[in-house]
Amino acid sequence: MLHVIVCIKQVPMVSELPWDPKTGTLKRETAQGMMDPSARRALEAALQIKADPASGPVRITAVSMGPPMAEEVLYEARALGADQGVLLTDPCMAGADTCMTAMILGTFIRNHCPDTGLILCGAMSSDSETAQVGPQLAEDLDIPAIGYARRLELADGGIRVERHVDDFLEVMEMDLPGLVTMDHADESDRYTPRYVALGGVEKAFAAGGIQVMDGAALGLDKEFNALRSSPTKIMDVYSPVTQKEGRVLTGAVKKMVDTLFDDYGKIISSAMGKDLKTHDHDEDI
Amino acid sequence: MSAEKQIWVWADYRNYFHSRVTLQILARATELAKANDAVVCAVVFGDHVDEYVAEYIAHGAKKVYVTDDPFLKTYNVESYAFLLSALVRRFRPEILLVGATRFGQEIAPRVARQLNTGLTADCIDLDIDDQGRLVQTAPSFGGNLIAKIITPQARPQMATIRPGTFQELPHDDDASGEVIPVPLPGNMPAPRVRCLTSELKPVRARKIETADIVITGGRGMGSKGKFKKLFDLAELINAEVGATRPVVYAGWVSHESLVGQAGKHIRPKLLFSFGVSGAIQHTAALADARFIVAVNKNPNATMMKLADVALVADANQACSGIIRAVKERIRH
Repeated sequence: MLHVIVCIKQVPMVSELPWDPKTGTLKRETAQGMMDPSARRALEAALQIKADPASGPVRITAVSMGPPMAEEVLYEARALGADQGVLLTDPCMAGADTCMTAMILGTFIRNHCPDTGLILCGAMSSDSETAQVGPQLAEDLDIPAIGYARRLELADGGIRVERHVDDFLEVMEMDLPGLVTMDHADESDRYTPRYVALGGVEKAFAAGGIQVMDGAALGLDKEFNALRSSPTKIMDVYSPVTQKEGRVLTGAVKKMVDTLFDDYGKIISSAMGKDLKTHDHDEDI
Repeated sequence: MSAEKQIWVWADYRNYFHSRVTLQILARATELAKANDAVVCAVVFGDHVDEYVAEYIAHGAKKVYVTDDPFLKTYNVESYAFLLSALVRRFRPEILLVGATRFGQEIAPRVARQLNTGLTADCIDLDIDDQGRLVQTAPSFGGNLIAKIITPQARPQMATIRPGTFQELPHDDDASGEVIPVPLPGNMPAPRVRCLTSELKPVRARKIETADIVITGGRGMGSKGKFKKLFDLAELINAEVGATRPVVYAGWVSHESLVGQAGKHIRPKLLFSFGVSGAIQHTAALADARFIVAVNKNPNATMMKLADVALVADANQACSGIIRAVKERIRH
């Protein structure tokens, strides 16, 4: 049986993000959460593998590290068809950077899912967009990895992945166990996430579907503290918006456009690398 | 090793004419080296890479570590990460910078994990603080916030840098640099990932990241059909067209056109922004635009407040008006 682990991050849904000025980290517990879109595609890929008779029997475990509310995305994953959900949550995991997040996920997979064949992650989460946890998890587990998959299929006991990286279209192969990160959507999308079927909701809340593990259950060191152990530290966080003393034009479109070209024609023509007639010129020439 | 401090730039030369990010980082590293009394070094892996070595010296590298071997002919993230980690352990640079190309974003986290050090993704600025530490500025949490991050203990301090963030130095033919050949280690593991095919997909000749004029459109353009008008204007004024996230998600244009935290970072001399409200994911990516003309029906839209000239108007009508005005004024 192929055991597929899908790593799912719960990301904030809103743009108003509360953060803790003391630690410089996001207060995830007070933001509305949703399943990270690229993790959702990773789950979809897992569900398609499971649905394909050629894959043989497949078991899907969805795992998430986060605050207690992150269990929401695991219920959702169960509703969509994951066999099991595991939430890794403990105050000692708070403030983990990508390195520590990978370490915690790696500890779970090593200690509790030794039969893992394939690990699927989103290429990058919609909130921090680092694209680092997948590769670092592969490093942690010392397994091969292929990033930015557009298409994947099981082949000869391994997996074949098509990807588009820095203008190169590549086809790659590796044996399992291995890790694949799923790219954003493209035009010919075969991994557009499905909707929850009605029966899925019932399944999601069936007993025993979600397992919650703290640091001790996971096998982390008693003294472990992710914030302290993370090699990176956030010094400062600020909002990037700055206001300019801009000029506001109102009125008829033609009048505004004329003012734009009369008063700023030089800037426009210099950027274009072409001369533009201004109103003044028209009269003079 | 001597006590010489080094700043390393991992050389990403694949598709060189398309991506200048290594040269851009070398320019910034040269600035940082002044503040930190360090030496800027490039690290080049590949097969027959002499040309690139010379190019990096001409763009600011004072030393170049080179592993030139047929085994490294194709980019392979496992082999390259193993090799880069091995070199870092041996030569102990203070700072290791990597371009945030997709390959760069694959290799850097693996090297950071192997070395148990910190890595900040997709930086939009780098500085040295008064304690000589690398301050890494990166958009965070969907670009709603900018974070300044340091790696206080672990070394090297690692960051990936968003392409287009820094300006490359002019090519200096007289520059000299030391080339340090490093043979392929005997213990290189056999790659576990096999690359079956890798082909350069033709790229567009012009790029939005480097365009002098960019036109961005938001949902305020009205529809997919009306959005096309921006391309007419672009044709006329030699501009590139970008879009906001809702426009890309609505399928009006492809993901390639996304200007924003998850897309392209632009630094045009002139930016026309049509019907863009100005979510911070978007505006964070255009902070370097020199002159901004924004059009929006809502004078209070964030984008209008960022503009040098804000036209309170329907985006679609204003676009038509500007097309007409340019046609009238262009000298033939």
